[in-house]
Amino acid sequence: MNLALKDIRHSLFRFILTCFGLGLLMTVVLAMIGIYNGLVSDALAAVKAPRADLWVVEANTQGPFAEASSLPAATRDAVARLPGIAEAGAITYQTIEAQHGTQTLRLYVIGYERGRPGGPSTVTEGRGLGRSHYELVVDRKSGLEVGDTIRLGRNRFTVVGLTEDAMNSGGDPAVFMTLSDAMALQSELDPAAERVRAARGAASPDASNVAAVIARIESDADVARVAATIRQWKHLGALTQAQQEELLLASVVDRARRQIGLFLGILLTVSAVVIALIIYTMTMEKLKQIATLKLIGAPDRTILGLIVQQALILGASGWAIGLSLILLVKDNFPRRVVLEPTNALVLFGIIILVCILASGLGIRAALKVDPATALGG
Amino acid sequence: MAIGDLLVDVSGVAKHYGEGETRVDALRAVDLQIHAGEVVAMLGPSGSGKTSLLNIIGCIVDPSAGRLVLDGETVFDGRWLRGNLRQLRLDKIGFIFQAHNLLPFLTAEENVSVVLDLAGWKPAAAQTRARELLDYLEVGHRAGVKPAHLSGGEAQRVAIARALANRPRIILADEPTAALDSVRAQLVMDLLRKLAVEQEACILTVTHDEKIFDRFDRLIHLRDGRLSTE
Ligand SMILES: Nc1ncnc2c1ncn2[C@@H]1O[C@H](COP(=O)(O)OP(=O)(O)OP(=O)(O)O)[C@@H](O)[C@H]1O
Ligand SMILES: [Mg+2]
Repeated sequence: MNLALKDIRHSLFRFILTCFGLGLLMTVVLAMIGIYNGLVSDALAAVKAPRADLWVVEANTQGPFAEASSLPAATRDAVARLPGIAEAGAITYQTIEAQHGTQTLRLYVIGYERGRPGGPSTVTEGRGLGRSHYELVVDRKSGLEVGDTIRLGRNRFTVVGLTEDAMNSGGDPAVFMTLSDAMALQSELDPAAERVRAARGAASPDASNVAAVIARIESDADVARVAATIRQWKHLGALTQAQQEELLLASVVDRARRQIGLFLGILLTVSAVVIALIIYTMTMEKLKQIATLKLIGAPDRTILGLIVQQALILGASGWAIGLSLILLVKDNFPRRVVLEPTNALVLFGIIILVCILASGLGIRAALKVDPATALGG
Repeated sequence: MAIGDLLVDVSGVAKHYGEGETRVDALRAVDLQIHAGEVVAMLGPSGSGKTSLLNIIGCIVDPSAGRLVLDGETVFDGRWLRGNLRQLRLDKIGFIFQAHNLLPFLTAEENVSVVLDLAGWKPAAAQTRARELLDYLEVGHRAGVKPAHLSGGEAQRVAIARALANRPRIILADEPTAALDSVRAQLVMDLLRKLAVEQEACILTVTHDEKIFDRFDRLIHLRDGRLSTE
């Protein structure tokens, strides 16, 4: 006879309500985990997309994400010719605002050389850039569709393809265009600065500069050695992919990450306390019945089973409800909510652990209760 | 009547609650022997220690001094000699409490069969036995009902069924018929007596109920923590 289930069925409505409350709490915890993951993975999206091994940037900068970096576009040729480099491509990044219908879009413009590293990792709808001018591949989150046109700078561009999960660390959706378009856009968008420079009679170095050159190395080459070779050129710096990712996490998203991480910690603690409290109260309410069970000769095993099973059922249902709810709503968040199966499993583990620890408190009280207390009344 | 085994042997048992100014001597040196087949009533004014003595024999309350032998086993002699008192209760003692103490989340039938379940009976056998007992006590038709929906008398009869389920040899009852009308009270006492004979059990009942005095083999009186037999 399973006493735990019988007792649950006896006050089913209340138990379901408790599970549901716990489920909502779990939804928030999972949402927070998802937001945290989303933040990290969004931040890394732009770094990971080109699948580079090496980032060649301006000397003494931590570009192009953590700091501004500017290189002559010709650097790409020099880099490509180095032994150990399989392919290299110049790339530019800039954030712009553009008008689309009544909406103002913030877009992260990535200019790359067609046929070289740096383009969108996949095109999920439409095609990649086919012509050298005025075509765009955009992230789906921008709200633009294949065939849409949008004015950027002086020219009107046509969306020819959609990609996914491409954005900067602020979550602005990415727009891919050819390097030459991007470089033109770069100078157009800053006419005031351009005029000042022209008035000074200086050459306009920016117009022909790129943010970085990304390179993939040959399979038998050593990244560190190639990077060291590049650093010997005084005006160049080189970061490996791993260094670039670390840098981005450490500098750009670190504070946001710690903020959410800390909040997640608080949330988990609160959940643990709430679970412990619920289970403890559940047991306390049953003390008289537990005393009766002892009177009629039930061994500790039976009493332990009653408490632990209910705690586990509560924890597991709360977790399941939380998971279903978050899966239901996660795509409605303005920024990405990324939940890995391992996250859900780890949370399950934590909850089960908390449930067992919390039952420990109740069990202590239950085992101590004197069977004679059942006689009072 | 042939005298059966000595099932309950209480000697020199004392019980006091509290210490110093608040000390209450509920029992002072009580001696009592009950044999198989005997049905004994314990009488006495309120506060005379009846429940205390019953609980001591039921191994629920610690005696302050004395010796307690149940069914040939010395279970208390200045201290408990038996580690697992609950197993002892399950095997040997059926307890009918002053308040019925049914588990609210189980049906009447389950309240009876849970004891058998704990004693290791197969579910089907436990169910059959529970049904039989409930039918016998005329609450079979309420088998599927939870205690909250039973009348006081019905609940008391379910509690009696529970106490008898595992065929204990020592049946202790604290005013079992208080919630029953006189016809049912006598029926219940007749049933208990029948069981005592069949199962070679003994019954010790606390009662104020004069209507059923004639159903007992022996009446014992507790006064100020001491026994006087008549
Ligand atoms: N747990 C306890 N703590 C302190 N004193 C107690 C306790 N239980 C009983 N007593 C006291 O011991 C004495 C005997 O109590 P007991 O319950 O055995 O009497 P009783 O004969 O069953 O009374 P009643 O007929 O009212 O049920 C009483 O004075 C009572 O106040
Ligand atoms: Mg009493």
